Amino acid sequence: MSIAPLYDLTAIRADFPILSRPIRGRPLVYLDNGASAQRPHAVINAERRYAEESHANVHRGVHTLSQRATDAFEGARERVRRFLNARSTREIIFTRGTTESINLVAQSYARPHLQPGDEILVTRLEHHANIVPWQLVCEATGARVVVVPINDRGEVDPEDVRRLLSPRTRLLGIAHVSNALGTILPVAEMIAIAHAAGVPVLVDGAQAVPHLTIDVQALDADFYAFSGHKLYGPDGIGVLYGRESLLAAMPPWQGGGDMILHVSFEGTTYNELPYKFEAGTPHMSGAVGLAAAIDYVEAIGLSKISAWEAILLTHATERLSRIEGLRFIGTAHHKAGLVSFVVDGIHPHDLGTILDERGVAIRTGHHCAMPAIATFKVPATARASFGLYNTLDEIDALADGVVYARDLFR
Amino acid sequence: MDLKDLYRDVILDHNKRPRNFGVLAAPAIAAQGHNPLCGDQLTIYVDLDHGTIKEVRFEGSGCAISVASASMMTEAVKGLDAAAFAALHAQIHAVLTQHDAEVPATLGKLAALGGVREYPARVKCASLSWRTLEAAIAGAGTAVTTE
Repeated sequence: MSIAPLYDLTAIRADFPILSRPIRGRPLVYLDNGASAQRPHAVINAERRYAEESHANVHRGVHTLSQRATDAFEGARERVRRFLNARSTREIIFTRGTTESINLVAQSYARPHLQPGDEILVTRLEHHANIVPWQLVCEATGARVVVVPINDRGEVDPEDVRRLLSPRTRLLGIAHVSNALGTILPVAEMIAIAHAAGVPVLVDGAQAVPHLTIDVQALDADFYAFSGHKLYGPDGIGVLYGRESLLAAMPPWQGGGDMILHVSFEGTTYNELPYKFEAGTPHMSGAVGLAAAIDYVEAIGLSKISAWEAILLTHATERLSRIEGLRFIGTAHHKAGLVSFVVDGIHPHDLGTILDERGVAIRTGHHCAMPAIATFKVPATARASFGLYNTLDEIDALADGVVYARDLFR
Repeated sequence: MDLKDLYRDVILDHNKRPRNFGVLAAPAIAAQGHNPLCGDQLTIYVDLDHGTIKEVRFEGSGCAISVASASMMTEAVKGLDAAAFAALHAQIHAVLTQHDAEVPATLGKLAALGGVREYPARVKCASLSWRTLEAAIAGAGTAVTTE
């Protein structure tokens, strides 16, 4: 096939050492990027270089290495700021990942605000990380979680958001892209609707940042969360963007070193933003690796990446829809590069094992989005999620593997 | 590893046509098993006569390994008392988890579960029904009501 991305796919694939490792004696076909993407040399080397040349604790020592580590860490924060187009690095908080970012907002922003009868509005397609933190604060405060429905394609109608906003709504929590269904949500429109009602919005961007250009100012998001490891970066590092006026008014979440200006038993003064929310020694090499990952994807260009992933999605949809007994779960008109599906007579886990034997790595199960999957009356699905390095041949390997599994189970 | 070693014909057959699939009315005991990783859920019903398994059935949904394991188990355990079931369960556990465990000839078609140990992520699928029946016999189940 002559269709190719607007970048050199062969050269790009050579950047990712794991892609040339055989799995079960076969070439690896990695289609589980939605769970965690693989890392290029640029990221691996950046973390290594940090450890070999610059490591010490940040914001503490007067010695050279501490200054170098601080420069590297704060340089990474500035890189993230530019990536999201935030106004200031005071709005960029490093966390362990999207989950921790959302929990920070739940505990530090929502919890002190919530009264019995108040409402947190979320959609039915959320990842558990954008459901359970709200349930926890609701249990503690007597507030409740209200759910925006999805249609049978897995789409959210912004009008349902408008309808379900009430005088008691204190926050809207929405995914930018659904990890289980692939739906790209009309977040800008949903944010505008919520803001018209005076309700702030948290966007779970974990599945969006590897595919879409994010501009938190254009979106007018109040909070935006994402993880490094889905963006070809390290695990254990993530980001919370927060609007400065909101962050400034929030109490610290965790206490410890780095988040204070002065400590005494008579009283403690908290540090300024963003350090107020970064207690303890942060994941410095992770931040450096994340900055390298951002450099990497932006050097290729997110628009080129998403254009290629759209071609992969079209090809996958076309190949898989020819397979008798296969049903897609999540058929939104506006969709990111992933397909979730079930096959008559084969449990997704059996499919996952059979594909793995052929070197094809996919995710099977409920994808930490049980309410979303339950909407379609299935306990689990198989999910293939694409990344910038995937090829059309790999999609064919997936489709061939599904046909093989179906025939084995006949 | 060959996939055919995991998905042996007997496993595929029991997955497609599970034996003893259905419910048992009171005074049978019911116990629920749940594998949160896969979302597999099954209910085992057992009718005990002075501690001996008189009748056993199961229902629920799951992958081929979990359905076939449950189906073959229901065929194998009828007539066993608690001690004999525990001994068989221990043998199955060894077959599922120990790479060097010999598969006893006495296991019959249950020996087909021997391929599972090469797939650590799938061991829980195969053991779910056994652990659930163990719980039912130990009294951790709830009595089936006729309602």
